[in-house]
Amino acid sequence: MSKLSFYLPVLGFVFVAIALWRGLYLDTKTLPSMLIDKPMPNFELTSVEGSGVSNLDLPDQIFLLNVWGSYCLPCLIEHPTLMRLSEEGEIPVVGVNYRDQQGLAIDWLADNGNPFSFSILDESGRFGIDLGVYGAPETYLVDANGVIRFRHVSVLDESVWQEKFLPAIAELLEEGS
Amino acid sequence: MNSTATELNRKVFLTLISIVVLLCSLLLPNTTYSQVDTFEFDTEEQQDRFRTLSDELRCPMCQNSSLSGSTGGVAEDLRREVYRMIMEGMSDSEINQFMFERYGDFILFRPRLTAGTVFLWFGPLLFLFIGGLFAFGIWRRARKITDSDTELDKTQQKRLQQLLGDKT
Repeated sequence: MSKLSFYLPVLGFVFVAIALWRGLYLDTKTLPSMLIDKPMPNFELTSVEGSGVSNLDLPDQIFLLNVWGSYCLPCLIEHPTLMRLSEEGEIPVVGVNYRDQQGLAIDWLADNGNPFSFSILDESGRFGIDLGVYGAPETYLVDANGVIRFRHVSVLDESVWQEKFLPAIAELLEEGS
Repeated sequence: MNSTATELNRKVFLTLISIVVLLCSLLLPNTTYSQVDTFEFDTEEQQDRFRTLSDELRCPMCQNSSLSGSTGGVAEDLRREVYRMIMEGMSDSEINQFMFERYGDFILFRPRLTAGTVFLWFGPLLFLFIGGLFAFGIWRRARKITDSDTELDKTQQKRLQQLLGDKT
């Protein structure tokens, strides 16, 4: 009994200490997406370029859905990676122009280059809510059936592409064959 | 001697003052600053529901503030959605469900009861129970001591009398 009453508080202390220690390094800013393994939400909107777009216009293969805006500085950092991916034909990239203005978006694409097959114009942020977006940039990996399989919040640079997206894509291809 | 006494009085006085000030601050209205939206409601009840919902929904992009207390872009959009859904006659639980489906448990300041959140809801009770067990153990041991261990036997009584006798 006396042994137990000595070791119990010690064990308790160790348990709490480990829990708090882990807590220091938890990433509380990146939320898990609720849409993983769910189909892309339906949309019938216009593109930044001004034509009507809906789910039917999405690629019939694995593609990236990138949430961007002309006001978004980190988007400039990931831009070269998106440009490379689309120029080299590695994967199609569809844009969501989130809480932006059409004119500014058009200018931004003209200045920096346009990696997107098309960009869904979401000035009100309403489509972003259906996606569970909480700020640009975010990038979703969508499979050939239009199901969302992975989300990355914040900048998608070459190392994120190598370390997170390529393995996720390899997994999708494996399960498809 | 006198100066230490006044020093002590001063400290007691200051402590009391600070306690009073702290207590008074608790009485002040404790409402979070709400964003001024120009939403117009048909009834006061709708307005109350809007306030409660935007206080109990968490802004996804800003840590630990509610929709009502945030200027963030998403928070603004979500407040507009809450307003729209209230005006369309959706119930509070339907609105919470809408938010949950898109943003998950994170957005609910009052998380739902699921396997993942059981500890969150009942953890404090568990700790209270464990603490209670300890308190009970200590209380029982303390009672045992008063019952038996503090009584002196005859030789001890005699010795006590001797010691006291020596003094007087």
